[in-house]
Amino acid sequence: MSSWLEPLIKTGLVVAILNGAVAYLVLVERKVAAYIQDRLGPNRVGPWGLLQPLADGAKFIFKEEIIPAGADKVLFLIAPVLILATAMVTFATIPFGNLIPWKGGTITLTAAPNMDIGLLFVFAIGSLGVYGVVLGGWASNNKYSFLFSGSLNMETIIARQAQTGWWWFAVQPLAFGVFLVSGCAESTRLPFDLPECEQELVGGYHTEYTAMKFGMFAFAEYLHMITVAVLTVILFFGGWHFWGIAPYTAPENVTWLGAVMHIVVLTVKTLMMIFFFMWIRWSWPRFRYDQLMSMAWKTMIPLGVLNLLVCAVCQEFLDPADMLTRCVLGWLAVGGCVLYAAMSAAPQGRAADVSPPVRPL
Amino acid sequence: MKPDDKQIKWVKEPKLGLSGRMYLGPLLDGLATTARHMLSTARGDGMTCQFPEERPKFGNPLIYRGVHRLNKDEQGRVKCVACFLCATACPAHCIDIIGTQSPWEDREKYPQSFVIDELRCIYCGMCEEACPVDAIELTALFDLTGASREEMIFDKEKLLSVYDATIEQEPMRSRQGAGGQGHSAS
Repeated sequence: MSSWLEPLIKTGLVVAILNGAVAYLVLVERKVAAYIQDRLGPNRVGPWGLLQPLADGAKFIFKEEIIPAGADKVLFLIAPVLILATAMVTFATIPFGNLIPWKGGTITLTAAPNMDIGLLFVFAIGSLGVYGVVLGGWASNNKYSFLFSGSLNMETIIARQAQTGWWWFAVQPLAFGVFLVSGCAESTRLPFDLPECEQELVGGYHTEYTAMKFGMFAFAEYLHMITVAVLTVILFFGGWHFWGIAPYTAPENVTWLGAVMHIVVLTVKTLMMIFFFMWIRWSWPRFRYDQLMSMAWKTMIPLGVLNLLVCAVCQEFLDPADMLTRCVLGWLAVGGCVLYAAMSAAPQGRAADVSPPVRPL
Repeated sequence: MKPDDKQIKWVKEPKLGLSGRMYLGPLLDGLATTARHMLSTARGDGMTCQFPEERPKFGNPLIYRGVHRLNKDEQGRVKCVACFLCATACPAHCIDIIGTQSPWEDREKYPQSFVIDELRCIYCGMCEEACPVDAIELTALFDLTGASREEMIFDKEKLLSVYDATIEQEPMRSRQGAGGQGHSAS
């Protein structure tokens, strides 16, 4: 296949799949929200509400586009495009499968394969989006966590997990926790949706946007969620690897069945991760701003540094193949952190023996 | 009431134990609660009623305050004696009665015209309370709709037809001993 055609096809595929996925994630989100709140959610458009995304799309397209008189027209028009574009570009380095066999060789299922700074690229682009501006810097403390993996190239990261059969989630629980929290913040979803507070406030930065331009903001939000979910799966849950049904395969004996299994496993894992994000959105209340800040500065960054320290020690003194010791050490570190946090936290609740205040009447 | 009154019950905020302060326990608790609701809805125990296809269930339709009806007596005559008590009790002034000499032996007056503006009505049930002969009652019909204002002004014939339509499901309260016990039956 010619060198320019291959990335073009892959890019087209990724964009098309993402568009469809996002449209249906909105439906899934509404359904999950409804079920958690003892409701049924959209169920009138098509069976089980399956045509709802089309109806929403049609509505967005046909609504009136309003540009406020005082707005800077160029910037106003560029903003949603920019946000959507940056959200999409992050997918360039994210593998959506492993390899597929093609005319004796193989094709890597990544739009821009073998990018050695893949992970940094995602963080950099992710923080370009306006969504990321407030909290995105936060995610930057993640990168320490990944020194352990020995690579920032996502295909390599997955391959290493697949080869050892250990998912980094088990070996690096502390990094996983930090990443999950920062990931939620990065995608500005509850419990970290402070820039939006979409349940009770007018949505700040996209107040004046109408019709499809507003839709693009919502679109970008869901793209960010997919990005975070895929990244979590790739970094901590073995990417396309699953013991037995989707094992590691050397590039020379890749089969179509194996390739499809890899894609399926990655997709299922990602969907489960997305479901988890939706689940916590409807379970936990939002953080207050000072709580967010104290958590970021007093908990997340120290944890990141601690994790770095533990990893460095492990890398230096442990046999690279000794995953069990790393695993035990990792979970011990998590347990210690949680216990320390609990012990040092001020006891909640007022003292029990305070007699009722007596006011003069 | 004084602050040290014996009747005041002082509730103290429960102290968080070690597991509570570890954050993880309460967080998982939250997830478990929402998961329980999600599963129960998936099993079909949700609150939603698919309205046009599925009629909602009332606890007791006899005490529901929906569209009015004018009751008939055993001979099929309107029970109303045009005493105006309902129109007087009505806080929304939506009942308009024109009484005239009754053609029957057992009462002096009967309503020549009995009109209720269903759009004006606030469905408080005061007319039903006021009626000395249990002639006006509120039924469990709740989905009243109309294409025009005129359509929503119910005259005597319409109100009597509501009686015909609902008497099977909702017996007259005077005979039933009322929907709720203690309701004064004539």
